[in-house]
Amino acid sequence: MHDTTMSDASSDPRPFTAGDSSQGGQPAVDFRDIDIAYGKFMAVKDFSLSIAKGSFVTLLGPSGCGKTTILRSLAGLVDITTGQISIGGRRVDDVPIYKRNIGLVFQNYALFPHKSVFDNVAFGLKYRSVPKSEIAAKVTKALEMVRLPGSEKKLPAQLSGGQQQRIALARAIIFEPEVLLMDEPLSALDANMREDMRVEIKKIQKETGITAIFVTHDQEEALSMSDQIVVMNAGRIEQIGTPQQVYDEPATGFVANFLGKANMLPGTVSAADSSGATVALECGSDVKVAAPRALAKGDGVTVVVRPQKLSVTSGADGNRLAGRIVSASYLGGSAVYEIDIAGSIVRANSAIEGKPLAEGDAVEAGFEPHDCILLDAQGRRIA
Amino acid sequence: MTGASVAAREGRWAWRFTGFMTVCVYIFMFAPIVATVILSFNDSMFGGFPMTGVSLRWYAKLMTNEPVLAAFKTSLWIALVTAAVSTLVGVIAAVALVRFDFRGKQTISTLVLLPALVPETILGVGLLVLIQAVHQPRTLWLLLLGHILLTLPYVVLIVQARLVGVRRSYEEAALSLGAPRISTFREITLPLLIPAVMASILLAFTISFDNTSASLFWRPAGVETMPTQILAMLKISISPEINALGTIMILVTVGVPLVGGAILQGVSHFRKRSNKKGNQP
Repeated sequence: MHDTTMSDASSDPRPFTAGDSSQGGQPAVDFRDIDIAYGKFMAVKDFSLSIAKGSFVTLLGPSGCGKTTILRSLAGLVDITTGQISIGGRRVDDVPIYKRNIGLVFQNYALFPHKSVFDNVAFGLKYRSVPKSEIAAKVTKALEMVRLPGSEKKLPAQLSGGQQQRIALARAIIFEPEVLLMDEPLSALDANMREDMRVEIKKIQKETGITAIFVTHDQEEALSMSDQIVVMNAGRIEQIGTPQQVYDEPATGFVANFLGKANMLPGTVSAADSSGATVALECGSDVKVAAPRALAKGDGVTVVVRPQKLSVTSGADGNRLAGRIVSASYLGGSAVYEIDIAGSIVRANSAIEGKPLAEGDAVEAGFEPHDCILLDAQGRRIA
Repeated sequence: MTGASVAAREGRWAWRFTGFMTVCVYIFMFAPIVATVILSFNDSMFGGFPMTGVSLRWYAKLMTNEPVLAAFKTSLWIALVTAAVSTLVGVIAAVALVRFDFRGKQTISTLVLLPALVPETILGVGLLVLIQAVHQPRTLWLLLLGHILLTLPYVVLIVQARLVGVRRSYEEAALSLGAPRISTFREITLPLLIPAVMASILLAFTISFDNTSASLFWRPAGVETMPTQILAMLKISISPEINALGTIMILVTVGVPLVGGAILQGVSHFRKRSNKKGNQP
């Protein structure tokens, strides 16, 4: 699967476009060379991103990676230090927030507690001098869209968390903003509600065709909702790509580890030909790997194997790593094992055949030569 | 005897002791107030016990006492203006201190609270010395300014505490929806600050109406506030009129916050009720 045709946007160290821009026209949102500093601390460094109209783009990364800062800079709540931001081709660096025409959804809903649902949802229309009769009709329609019709007269405190967030969504899209910004909108909800809301937000975004930027630290949310994912770390972009691209072809070790907690096995190339190589791992074993290009003997590489690709069942072909199970978590159909292989711990998420393995059992963890990703000494994917 | 019953016995005695102390403290706190109120209805010529009969004569006499009426008027309008100005300035100061970043914010935040920490007598003398140093007369305006100075720290403290609890995201949401900053303040921030604003008005009013020591220094010649008037009357004799005046003072300073609180509760109650009604299909 690592043929050279894959070396497009996903492996470019600084790709610029997120979303399907093949239809041409102006990007809905354009960040160019953005730096944001808080005093001496650089929250965002060298951030460039262009977002196509109508696409759903997620900024994904650990807390403190700068994803919220980027979102807030687009909203006009944070000043950028250098660079320029455009919305629909219009530069907005010096435009105050209330003239940017953006919809904003917060983690804590931020519904005005002293105003009814109607007044909350109608708030944006009121400041766009929409006639009163039209406001009522639009609010009714918006509440139907978020499946809370008839809740006009309630106060926010009378609604559940999920309902409040749906009202907040209605409030943010009713005036048809150019872009919808969502800052961890699902993080305050409980697990079941979160999944329902995920589907609902995605559905509404598709129906309205609005350009959406979604900030989260949750990889499941990012993978399930996005057209494009922007993976960020320490104020910089690590990779931009479709959910499949960032998961299957992580550009860096950080991306591989952040999405799916991959096993990272450092080693040195001991033999190589045009289709593959043998890597002497630091934990002692030799493994055969498929390589997308010829590697040189002596190169330092990291072999990245997803827990799902690491099998502890007997009879698998390919590479075998002998070790001992240090912990086992039973998950019903499968189990997650932590295996000690000559001092380094790897995780295997394996289907259960017969009896699940127990702590202390000796096992062989195996993977096929093509079920891994290779990173070079700088931590970038070899493609 | 088992350990449990020992503990129970000890607990019982502890409770009795606590109850006894509580009653003592309450008697100590309220006895003077009760005595003043009761004695204000005393028919006797002397402002103390025993009661010789029930009468409203001291109230009637008070109503014709020109100096007392003048002092009451002075105190009332000074307290009202103080409450209004202090709250207005205090809200603006608190919003600036909580919502904006500027150089020297920490220093200003501390300095604003300083008048509440400095003994009132020192403040009283200080302002007087300052006024004399720049050769200005003592006027009613000085007295008013002094009261604003005394009450401002409390207003800033109350509004600050409330504003810290008002999430910034409410204001950010309003801004993102297209409301300019002034509209956002009027529609979102201010309504959420109403409890603090009401508390500030009531507290500033009460502090001003009650103030004695600083007012003694600041009042212009010939002007008395209620507390200074009472002091002046006490210098001559303990007339039963004082008790009637004291009762009226208690009524005003306790009554104003109570009525204010009741109005506030009534308003929010009414709002909730009309809201619930609206929700019924």
